[in-house]
Amino acid sequence: MFLAVNPGNFVSNLYYMGVGMLAIFVVIGVIILATVALDRGMKAVEKKKEDK
Amino acid sequence: MEILYENLLQMDWKYLVMWAIGGLLIYLAIKKDMEPTLLLPIGFGTILVNIPNSGAITQAGSEEAGALTTLFDMGIANELFPLILFIGIGAMIDFGPLLSNPKLMIFGAAAQFGIFFTLCLASIFFDINDAASIAIIGAADGPTAIVVANKLNSQYLGPIMVAAYSYMALVPIIQPPVIKLLTTKKERMIRMDYEGKEVSKTTKILFPIIITIVAGIVAPSSVSLIGFLMFGNLIRECGVLNSLSETAQKVLANLITIFLGITIASQMTADKFLNPSTLLILGLGLFAFIFDTAGGVLFAKFLNLFMKKKINPMIGAAGISAFPMSGRIVHKMGLKEDPQNFLLMHSIGVNVSGQIASVIAGGLILNFFM
Repeated sequence: MFLAVNPGNFVSNLYYMGVGMLAIFVVIGVIILATVALDRGMKAVEKKKEDK
Repeated sequence: MEILYENLLQMDWKYLVMWAIGGLLIYLAIKKDMEPTLLLPIGFGTILVNIPNSGAITQAGSEEAGALTTLFDMGIANELFPLILFIGIGAMIDFGPLLSNPKLMIFGAAAQFGIFFTLCLASIFFDINDAASIAIIGAADGPTAIVVANKLNSQYLGPIMVAAYSYMALVPIIQPPVIKLLTTKKERMIRMDYEGKEVSKTTKILFPIIITIVAGIVAPSSVSLIGFLMFGNLIRECGVLNSLSETAQKVLANLITIFLGITIASQMTADKFLNPSTLLILGLGLFAFIFDTAGGVLFAKFLNLFMKKKINPMIGAAGISAFPMSGRIVHKMGLKEDPQNFLLMHSIGVNVSGQIASVIAGGLILNFFM
């Protein structure tokens, strides 16, 4: 059994590599921002409780 | 008398090769302690299904259903086993190190480079759905590999699963040479301070919910993957389901693992496994793994160009899903260069982010090709 070799597919699928890596950085970036915001929010709430 | 040796006459060299492969997997599991919970059942199952006319699998033209074929249809073809296993894995993960330094998550994203690069490379030899399924081996995440390959109807499910689990076990052999090749001794000796910030319980509870919503919106196909993982983590962190958390971590995970391994073996029949494409899949899987490691390390080196306080680039390599092996290896390599260099908390944080990022990468691939 021999496999078909289509070198052109490498170039045409580079699009998926670009979009995939961009998307994963964006998603992780959003998660980082949400986590930082969550942490800050929780700290502010805790500080308010302590002040009371 | 003929009935005693009738089946023996159907023996073929291919069955013997598969028995040897099964034996090798059992040997690696027992003697080398390489992912024994999976390689042992897969190894034994490989022998089981490669006995001529094995009743463990449904034979072509036979109406009698084999037990392993039934288990495959019930647990893997519908992705039930890997998803349930994810509940157990989620319950085992402590996101604490990551939450105390969320910026580390970016390395989890960078270390998915190998998956997407291998996708392009594999598409030279395979159709796009098979190429995507092969590329996800680089995630070093067995359940994700099973779900993606299944949803994309890959015909190479057996070799993909074996490669995914074998390479997870081979992390201590594969990663160190790649890391050494891409870093200088000076870089490997960079010390990183750890400020163990306290993370509130509410943050730990809300984190899995936020991840599920964000990842689910971007890659809805992955919402079951990430959702089950985060559900397991929510059970762990909520503080009121300790008994369920313990069951998910131990009993549930063990039970599913027993069935998962031996059911995967139902795809390890000689006719499906012994062909040139299997070797190519194993090679491409290794390639994905190496480039994931390289992606993480090179990204850390790139960031160092702009940062005052340098990062030890080795921690980038921990951005794969093989948890906690990868994080520990980076820590050990740091100690080897400088006995006072403790990278564990950083590398484990990156390693946990790799778990999340690899599931998101799997979801994105499903979004592209389903």
